[in-house]
Amino acid sequence: MHLAHYLGLLHRSQNELAKAFREVGRGHLDEPDVHHLCERLAGQCDEHARKLAPFVRRYSEEAPKEPERLHATLFSGTRTGGLGLLRDLHDLYLMAAECDISWTLIGQAAQGARDEDLLGVVGVCEGETATQLLWLRTRMKQAAPQALVVAS
Amino acid sequence: MVDRIADLWGRRTPYGPPVPAEAVSPAESTHAVPGEEPGRHGSWPVRVDMFLDDGFEESDVEAWVQAASILHSNGDAMDIAVAGGRIVGVRGRAGDRVNRGRLDPKDLYGWQANHSPERLRRPLVREGGRLVETNWDTAMGRIVARSKELLDGPGGWGHFGFYTSGQLFLEEYYTLGVIGKAGIGTPHMDGNTRLCTATAAAALKESFGTDGQPGSYTDVDHCDAIALWGHNVAETQTVLWMRMLDRRRGPRPPAMIAVDPRDTPVAREADVHLAVRPGTNMALMNALIHRLIDRGWYDEEYVRAHTIGFDELCGVVQDCPPERAAEICDVPLRSVEHAADILGSSERLLSTVLQGFYQSNQATAAACQVNNIHLLRGMLGRPGAGLYQMNGQPTAQNTRETGADGDLPGMRNWNNPEHIRELAELWNVEPSIIPHWAPPTHAMQIFRYAEQGSIKLLWVSASNPAVSLPDLARVRRILAKEDLFLVVQDVFLTETAMLADVVLPAATWGEKQGTFTSVDRTVHLADKAVEPPGQARADLDIFLDYARRMDFRDKDGAPLVAWHDPESAFEAWKACSAGRPCDYTGVTYGLLRGAGGVQWPCTPAAPRGTERLYTDGRFNTDPDFCEDYGHDLVTGAAYDAEHHRALNPGGRAFLKAAAYQPSPEVTSEDHPMLLTTGRTVYHFHTRTKTARAPQLNDAAPESWVEIAPGDAAALGVAEGDLLRLESPRGTLEARARVCGTRPGVVFVPFHYGYWDHDDSGPRTGEAPRAANELTITSWDPVSKQPIFKVAAVRVTRVAGGDGVPSAAPTTGAAAPADPQVPATAGGPAARARQHVEEA
Repeated sequence: MHLAHYLGLLHRSQNELAKAFREVGRGHLDEPDVHHLCERLAGQCDEHARKLAPFVRRYSEEAPKEPERLHATLFSGTRTGGLGLLRDLHDLYLMAAECDISWTLIGQAAQGARDEDLLGVVGVCEGETATQLLWLRTRMKQAAPQALVVAS
Repeated sequence: MVDRIADLWGRRTPYGPPVPAEAVSPAESTHAVPGEEPGRHGSWPVRVDMFLDDGFEESDVEAWVQAASILHSNGDAMDIAVAGGRIVGVRGRAGDRVNRGRLDPKDLYGWQANHSPERLRRPLVREGGRLVETNWDTAMGRIVARSKELLDGPGGWGHFGFYTSGQLFLEEYYTLGVIGKAGIGTPHMDGNTRLCTATAAAALKESFGTDGQPGSYTDVDHCDAIALWGHNVAETQTVLWMRMLDRRRGPRPPAMIAVDPRDTPVAREADVHLAVRPGTNMALMNALIHRLIDRGWYDEEYVRAHTIGFDELCGVVQDCPPERAAEICDVPLRSVEHAADILGSSERLLSTVLQGFYQSNQATAAACQVNNIHLLRGMLGRPGAGLYQMNGQPTAQNTRETGADGDLPGMRNWNNPEHIRELAELWNVEPSIIPHWAPPTHAMQIFRYAEQGSIKLLWVSASNPAVSLPDLARVRRILAKEDLFLVVQDVFLTETAMLADVVLPAATWGEKQGTFTSVDRTVHLADKAVEPPGQARADLDIFLDYARRMDFRDKDGAPLVAWHDPESAFEAWKACSAGRPCDYTGVTYGLLRGAGGVQWPCTPAAPRGTERLYTDGRFNTDPDFCEDYGHDLVTGAAYDAEHHRALNPGGRAFLKAAAYQPSPEVTSEDHPMLLTTGRTVYHFHTRTKTARAPQLNDAAPESWVEIAPGDAAALGVAEGDLLRLESPRGTLEARARVCGTRPGVVFVPFHYGYWDHDDSGPRTGEAPRAANELTITSWDPVSKQPIFKVAAVRVTRVAGGDGVPSAAPTTGAAAPADPQVPATAGGPAARARQHVEEA
């Protein structure tokens, strides 16, 4: 059973996303909405990872060796300025999208494994991840014209 | 005669509900019938308030010119007394549905500011670092030259920012909106309404699909319970409070609930006062709803037929029983339960919401919970079952309706291509010029773009951000930037104007004509009574002049702005409003003149207006009609059309929910107390007018800090001692008023700045006094309204007061604990008339 790999992948992705949200929040103190919300969403990602942890442990006992190159690093530090903000939010979006699809796939697997507990966790968390994506999209759509067309 | 400085609310005229409200069918109260009109005026007795300049009698008045108040948001109708080409006083209009003749103290005395020798009389331009007088051609020439230079090239629209007001007239906002959206094509336009009423609009859109207040002021006449959510109405809309007080003193009085951390006159009057810890409104609201649902005190039939989201709401409030809220908000459990009892047992509940909710964290979410209480209990669309998502400023409703803020004209949806096509057709422009790729840019973001240098021209009209925005040190830095061309259009040389490159002298109320609309959708006409001073011009004329000089054209080469005066602007607006919730097509200047106020929608089908919205429980949530597809209340993430359609609203309202979260700033070891700021009764905004009316200024000439007796004792502070407040942003100094505020909370009025010290900010060596030196740059994720009500501060005693009390008035929330403090009074100079017809 390979579910453990995906659980591990998502667990790690959630931790990385939490870290990235925090970094972006702290890197853009002059954008208070981004700053405050990123801090909050980082906490949400921590919570997701915490909820996943027991399942990672439970399924790892049955897991074969992890295939290579399942993890990818999408984020390597914050940037500055209007364009920098856009790029940072863009990175967060891609990382959240990775989590989003992982929740979907783990939800599918949980059904196959008849694991109601895991399904319950997916049910709570996948909506929050979807909202994170939607917020990032909303904020980027607002920022893009000024950053890409107006600012010199 | 009565001293209306000492006696804020004047003589009581007690009354009861006009008829047993059950006997008034919604149909009777909605559609005006000639003759007897149940619910339209209610039975509130007439009381006519009047103040005339010293030496003038009624017989000396040559003309009474119709107007309404612009020194608060109630929309009180009045006549301006004119003699010898000057304003010599005011009188309330007895026949008006809003005030039945009464006036606020600010209206009785505030008009004197029109005559101040400090009025701007000529345009000013910056020369060698100084502002010097010039003529209109030179001033406008500079603005137009810079505008054309900036517009030239791709993305030129993005260099413009417009920051307007909640105090101009409808015709002016609409004209500005068209210039911005179809002339320049920029989304960077907002009003200072962002600071006062953005949450009202946001909450109405989230719950009901569009902006627009469901209720009527006559709901006060019929209700059996009034809940005031963060609304010190006794000071901010005194006439509405008179109406409530008159009900409380009459037969079958309504119960009253007040939510406010301060011991306001409203809190003292209320049956239940919930003095919540600032920043915790959402916990209280979720607990109240928890209780209503838990006890079955909701209208299952109404909820099923007219709402969406009940199960989600239940899920969210499940974790927040009254016990939890009592702990988070730090209020007695029995008070929470008592409030829920009143809400759950009333048959005609009236709610009013204002800055205690709007300027706090989770503003939109908390305001939506008030909507939810009314939806759960079916308390909408019938007499007494009313809801005011209140406005803070007199014409804020019009800023929102006409799209001079972060909305599109006629409550249209920026995300709906069909709505954009309608506007493009109306204005005869290509749809692509109308910015609609995202919601219009909110004020705090406009200032951020100016800070970053991508906005290069900022045009401020009738607002004073150098005192009214949060974190003033930052705001002054932005406004003073070398690369920002700042245009300020105002009546006086405000702190903001002092930083401008061009200052345009504006005419004001009494000197120009236009319409505006109160929170209960009552439209009033304000006529011109006298000529403006010097070369000052009506704001409408300034905008029209700019449009002409910029030569904005439609796609056939005709002038984009085809109107030339207030009435033709109003007619243009009517066409824009047609078919939308705020339909003005049945309103004319002729109808408004002499009338007692007309409520929109007013159409050929409803020629005398509409008293209440949603009488049939059908809301404006249809995807093709709604103003917004809604947001996630926690993050502000915007939903799209597809999501909205999938919910299949079918005219049902949304029960939106969110869990409580603490404010972005909470107390710490370094900053152990909470600061909350707000309006007080004698002043409006940054005192540009009220401080120039002697009776008002003398009643509250200096700022102050309200502090609870226990906190004062712990810090060794006595009445009148000089205090220093420090937040992570800045400091201020003011004298202490020891009075009934919540322990751990200090209050500072936001009115006081620096113009009367002849500067745009604190001078070197001078202690700052503006409340917004301390406030945090942070805002609600949905309404984008800044959080003025929650900042962490450190309080220290700087010096003793030598037994001299602070300048705080004794009449409102700042009523002193020390009985030795002399009572605030206006004396002979404030003697006003009030006439009550005896039955």
